[in-house]
Amino acid sequence: MTSAPAATAVIDRAGLDALIRVLAAHGRTVVGPTVRDGAIVLAELASGEELPYGWGVELEAGHYRLRPRPDGAAFAHSAGPNSWKTFLHPQRERQWSADRASDGGTAFRTDPPPTVSYAFLGVRPCDLRAIAMQDRVLTGGPHADGRYRSRRSRAFLVAVECTEPGATCFCVSMGTGPAAGPGYDLALTELVDEDGHRFLVRAGSPEGEQVLAELRLRPADPDTRDEAARVVREAADRMGRTMPPVDLRALMRDTLDAERWDDVTARCLTCGNCTMVCPTCFCTTAEDVTDLTGDHAERWRRWESCFDLEFTHLPTGPVRSSPRSRYRQWLTHKIGTWHDRFGSSGCVGCGRCIVWCPVGIDITEEAHALNQERRTVADRQEMP
Amino acid sequence: MDRPRLAVWKFASCDGCQLTLLDCEDELLDLAERLEIAHFLEAATAPAAGPYDLSLVEGSITTAQDAERIRRVRAASRYLVTIGACATAGGIQALRNNADVAEYRAVVYARPEYVETLVTSTPISAHVPVDFELRGCPIDRGQLIEVITAYLADRTPDVPRHSVCFECKRRGTVCVTVAHGTPCLGPVTHAGCGALCPAYARGCYGCFGPSDSTNLPAFVPLLRRGGLAGPDVVRVLRTFNTAAPEFDTAARQAAEEADR
Repeated sequence: MTSAPAATAVIDRAGLDALIRVLAAHGRTVVGPTVRDGAIVLAELASGEELPYGWGVELEAGHYRLRPRPDGAAFAHSAGPNSWKTFLHPQRERQWSADRASDGGTAFRTDPPPTVSYAFLGVRPCDLRAIAMQDRVLTGGPHADGRYRSRRSRAFLVAVECTEPGATCFCVSMGTGPAAGPGYDLALTELVDEDGHRFLVRAGSPEGEQVLAELRLRPADPDTRDEAARVVREAADRMGRTMPPVDLRALMRDTLDAERWDDVTARCLTCGNCTMVCPTCFCTTAEDVTDLTGDHAERWRRWESCFDLEFTHLPTGPVRSSPRSRYRQWLTHKIGTWHDRFGSSGCVGCGRCIVWCPVGIDITEEAHALNQERRTVADRQEMP
Repeated sequence: MDRPRLAVWKFASCDGCQLTLLDCEDELLDLAERLEIAHFLEAATAPAAGPYDLSLVEGSITTAQDAERIRRVRAASRYLVTIGACATAGGIQALRNNADVAEYRAVVYARPEYVETLVTSTPISAHVPVDFELRGCPIDRGQLIEVITAYLADRTPDVPRHSVCFECKRRGTVCVTVAHGTPCLGPVTHAGCGALCPAYARGCYGCFGPSDSTNLPAFVPLLRRGGLAGPDVVRVLRTFNTAAPEFDTAARQAAEEADR
């Protein structure tokens, strides 16, 4: 190998700080991981100092703890309590407002589109795919969400490949990681070894190349590139969870009447946490607000969940009144009928729904159990 | 134009919920413009006779006289809204429902024979039909304004009945149960407070009572995992909404298990 491709380079920790400064100097609101309230959350960053250097996480179903890391790595953690939808698809947003005019008519007003330009630093490969899925849902059809599109089209994405998957991660099963897929402006791979703390960085867009050009870089040497590829490759072998290696869409279709749904329903609190933390769950409800005078009204959109009885409330009552029907709806939509509507699975394997379920219901365990039950039923039918 | 007539009533309670109405400082003038405040003893010295269009009822029924009085209030009210845990679930005073009231009375009062009381504290809905129940101990000011505004606009109030977890997640609060191991009633508790306690790293105390979709048998072991011993599990369920059927059933089961 003679020389690295022009858009691949190596930066150190100071270079990462400089990257944040450059993005901020471009007028961007930089958002990335930082330690807050006993977790690594995504929040606005004022400087690289706020990155979670030296922190990792211990994950299990219904369990999340910060753990110090002697190696000082900034990105050796997996998905946290919030995701990028917090910023791109905010939990509550005004759609329009209306005032009664003095002539008795009604004047409607739509808020101007949001002007924020985000730079997301530390988008994990699974979340990069999740953003693409929300793009498909919210802007890919005839009724595009203009406010989402406005934020999304200006967002600059810095992906960071995964080298330290969590015990609840299964991106390999979902085909979304641990290497970064398409869609990023820059992709980083963090390395901490005897050669120092450094990041292999490569551009994925013209704007990414422009930003790189403003940084002090050293060209990527073959050893660093090989090492970056190796740590990501090896991360793929350390996934804490797997999905059953079958066609999940068919599995959902074949098991609609399975007894396992009763089993999981006995444990499910229908509290809605799984949907709120899911980086692809996109459902919202409309909230109409009037003031005391009755002359001013507003429509707001806020996050909603299929676990809410109100979600399917019709004049005769909720369509999915049983917890069983609601849990089944969530899972079959997420990994089954999402294919029919949007052409892919709706699960990226980030494991958030497993970690942040208070009672630790595990989507992969449920899928394995459904698969097992389908096999058992099939065996029984084949018996003479 | 005749303004709808508002009445505020107090039964067994601490007054905190009706104080919430006085606490609506920014909205009070608009409220008084849109509603005739006909009967509100805490705010006005000259109560006007009924009938009333909108009655806000605070407190639970703990005496025979109050059991009669709520019928008269109901008869004089077109639309009756109960406000707060006392009115919607019987309140903290419903702890008597599982105890010996005669013994309580003897221990607390120097002349117990002066005290006439029922052996139970019951919600208003156990006595008369209620048009809308607003939860909380105390109620949330914004939700109270929403209920009154919705009444004036003849629409359904936007008062979600799902869990507090919805509010934590919307607000971006890190889950205190999952990340800190703190016992929290949020997953089974009715939203409305804006997930106040978890935002300050405390578990939810269940002030708003059970949500519309609880699974207490699956939830109680989670409290134990958080380190609560048997009697403590019973205590967290026996607070302001102790007589709410979901909490009461779970507390009884937990008490039986603690005894074993």
